[in-house]
Amino acid sequence: MSTANRYDAIVIGGGHNGLVNAAYLARAGKKVIVLESRDLLGGAAVSEQVFPGFTFSVYSYVVSLLRPEIVRDLDLPRHGMQILPLESTVTPLPDGDYLAMWGDADLTRRELYRHSPLDAEAIVEFGRLMSHMARAVKPILSMIPPDPTSLSPGDLKGLLRLGGHLQSLGAERFHALYKLMTMSSSDYLDEWFEYGPLKATKSASGIIGTFMGPRSPGSAYVLLHHYMGEIDGAYRAWGFCKGGNGTISNAIAAAARARGAVLRTGAPVKQLLVRGHRATGVVLDTGEEIRAPVVVSALDARRTFLDLVDSRELPDELLRQVRRFRFRGSSGKVNLALSELPDFTCMPGVGVHHRGAFSISPSVEYLERAYDDAKHGGFSRRPYMDIVFPSMIDPGMAPAGRHVASIFVQYAPYHIDGGWNDAKREAFGDTVVDTLAEYAPNLKSAILHRQVLTPVDIEATTGLSEGNIFQGELALQQLFFLRPAVGWAGYRTPIAGYYQCGSSTHPGGGVMGAPGKLAAQRILADA
Amino acid sequence: MRVPHSLKTTPFHARTARLVQGQTWRRWSGYAAASCYEFTHDREYTAIRSTAALIDVSPLYKYRITGADATRLLDRVVTRNVGKAEPGQVLYTSWCDARGKVIDDGTISRLGEQSYRLTSAEPGLRWLHRNAFGMQVAIEEVSEALGALALQGPLSRTVLNAVARDPVDALGYFRVMDNCIAGVDLQVSRTGYTGDLGYELWIPADGALAVWDALMAAGREHGLMPAGIWALDVARIEAGLVMLDVDYHSALRAVIEAQKSTPFELSLDWSVALDKAPYNGRRALLAEKARGPAWRFVGIEVDWDSFEALYAAVGLAPAIPAVAWRASVPIYREDRQVGYASSGCWSPLLKKYLMLAHLAAPHFAADTPVEIEVTVEHRRLRAHARVRKLPFFDPPRKKA
Repeated sequence: MSTANRYDAIVIGGGHNGLVNAAYLARAGKKVIVLESRDLLGGAAVSEQVFPGFTFSVYSYVVSLLRPEIVRDLDLPRHGMQILPLESTVTPLPDGDYLAMWGDADLTRRELYRHSPLDAEAIVEFGRLMSHMARAVKPILSMIPPDPTSLSPGDLKGLLRLGGHLQSLGAERFHALYKLMTMSSSDYLDEWFEYGPLKATKSASGIIGTFMGPRSPGSAYVLLHHYMGEIDGAYRAWGFCKGGNGTISNAIAAAARARGAVLRTGAPVKQLLVRGHRATGVVLDTGEEIRAPVVVSALDARRTFLDLVDSRELPDELLRQVRRFRFRGSSGKVNLALSELPDFTCMPGVGVHHRGAFSISPSVEYLERAYDDAKHGGFSRRPYMDIVFPSMIDPGMAPAGRHVASIFVQYAPYHIDGGWNDAKREAFGDTVVDTLAEYAPNLKSAILHRQVLTPVDIEATTGLSEGNIFQGELALQQLFFLRPAVGWAGYRTPIAGYYQCGSSTHPGGGVMGAPGKLAAQRILADA
Repeated sequence: MRVPHSLKTTPFHARTARLVQGQTWRRWSGYAAASCYEFTHDREYTAIRSTAALIDVSPLYKYRITGADATRLLDRVVTRNVGKAEPGQVLYTSWCDARGKVIDDGTISRLGEQSYRLTSAEPGLRWLHRNAFGMQVAIEEVSEALGALALQGPLSRTVLNAVARDPVDALGYFRVMDNCIAGVDLQVSRTGYTGDLGYELWIPADGALAVWDALMAAGREHGLMPAGIWALDVARIEAGLVMLDVDYHSALRAVIEAQKSTPFELSLDWSVALDKAPYNGRRALLAEKARGPAWRFVGIEVDWDSFEALYAAVGLAPAIPAVAWRASVPIYREDRQVGYASSGCWSPLLKKYLMLAHLAAPHFAADTPVEIEVTVEHRRLRAHARVRKLPFFDPPRKKA
């Protein structure tokens, strides 16, 4: 074998976590190769010109969770990442009214006040506590999860740090953390707010990417997860990446390349090569072998353990946990190329509101009913939607005067009755368009092209099992030292030299990059 | 859009907007408020201390509290003894959380046996509601329904008497009365944020312009001027009056414990009734009273010679910002930081450089020599200063 096919480390999967991992390993002087099966880097963080002239962040479409230390360490702005502000959220209501939350506190108060004077005040305290909580959880995000049942010095040290940290939270924050870990987002928000559409719009953050309704216990944690976003040191700031989310992946890729990493696309990995319980490399679908003493899988836990590895190499207990690891993709995506912007009945005309998000979440009941449909095997007849118009923030996303809409839709269950097929996909797309057209009647005539993605489509293209955008649900039993499996939350696997760095590991999904970075830390420490 | 995508404007905006000459607007509680009307605030400040000034203070939050349990609610919330107030009396007070940390401060006007008006700097509706659970009380926010004007200065009484149906000569300090100006029924209280003789007028929004016009017309021959926040800020520093979000942070909004203050730490001891029935923070305040506060809110008077010398050393004349500053300035004693100033200004009246400051025990006694940080030509230096009792300025006419 030629030395050209020998590396210090192989990263399987060129999604943002794989790229982050490779960039950090390369930064430490390792000779790294990333193997991406698609012809395009980025995984679920890609920008593609789906229709001529119209560019879409096909899957993930906003950014806020990306760890600031990764942005600094890899100097991503220098490599082309530019974050543009996405400030407002407007919830159109069936009665023709709306609820708006603006980037400005005074404007938000003025708007909320007309719905509920008490909520107009509560939202300030709520925001304070949540950003408090996000700060409180931040050190946990950048911590390799210790195993609480282990007596190893490393785990004990980690547990001590964790205990010390929880102690330092103070009573108010510790109690809030306990509640957020155990309650439903709906119950938690009931403690704060009275205005239905506000509770619904806030609780929507608690269901994204999970097969839970706003009334399912545990959804409050997902709510908090979405508050951990941090842009320029401000918590709960969402942004839009110029050029779409693919630009983030490309910036990370450029950072990795600048440090010598080799990034290969169109190179699907068939299997991990193991000798004497030790990883020695991978074999591609083509039969080509690439050797390295370290192999890192950025794929989700199912693919990492069940697809890439001969099951005889893994303990039964781990295999059982991975088989049980819940994916249950629950969301779809509809991308529209538009001749004009939707004209919302509640806010006629083109305005500042088009530069922010629209949330179809008129009430908690609406969201819960959307979940009920999915629970019983169908897609939501009246789905929750989070809509942005990237061309209003970055005009380069569409031809002059034209627009693109990115519609995140929930619920579209992976396991739908009778399975997904073309007819069902189009019916789902029609439901999304019909629902949105109730609030913006010109929508249908404005649609030039439509791309509808079900969880099955997401799985087929990106490889995300069951189309779960987080590589496994952010449910309490799948977090921290349980993510993805007891005993294997620290990025290692039972096979020496084989590591995991995808969102299936702590701290989970979103375009965060933390798993990729933490795994790199573990790998470098083990070396 | 149902709600304009803009700041709110006060009921006086149609008049004040025409008077602001330099586009010097600022935000105050979501309203557009004038920082000053002329290009600088000098004459507006002078009016407060020498003639009379008219200040639009409508952005204050105002709540009307009525019902059988109105007194009970307020006594549960605030540190003053509300039950002891007579109808027609106004109380300045702060209110605290259960740990005795100040949430806000403002005034309570007892308008009747079971009827009050509370003003606050931050929205307080939610806190009132939380505390009113199970009580027979109606809490109505009247922030937008009521315009408010502060008529302040030595000639304020003269101006007011010229237009008010009932003379205000007998209206005592911190008292409130019904009155009528330009056919508009309103209330006049002898209160203000300047430490001078002065009144505040509580005016139904739809009568606001008529009252403004009447006052401005009557005031012409007495040197009445509209004044903005910059002028008010200088006056309130001279008067030693604490300001929320500038000198302290609300316990409901502070991010860390260290950002919270007790009434004792803000030197509001006189407004803390420890002998009344249980109320929010009482237990903590009793304990604090027994052990003595860790901080005090005090005046700082900068030693001019020492201050001037720092500038003279680099060939400059002393420079003080033209507008009162709101920032954190370290205060030292014997090379240790013992506190910080949170606002300061040159007092054109007293001819002194004054600051409002928080000092740790035991450094807050009057006349304690301290040093303040001064940045001269990009270098951080220290000037001598002394701790002073507040207020700096307290003219007899204020209460006379």
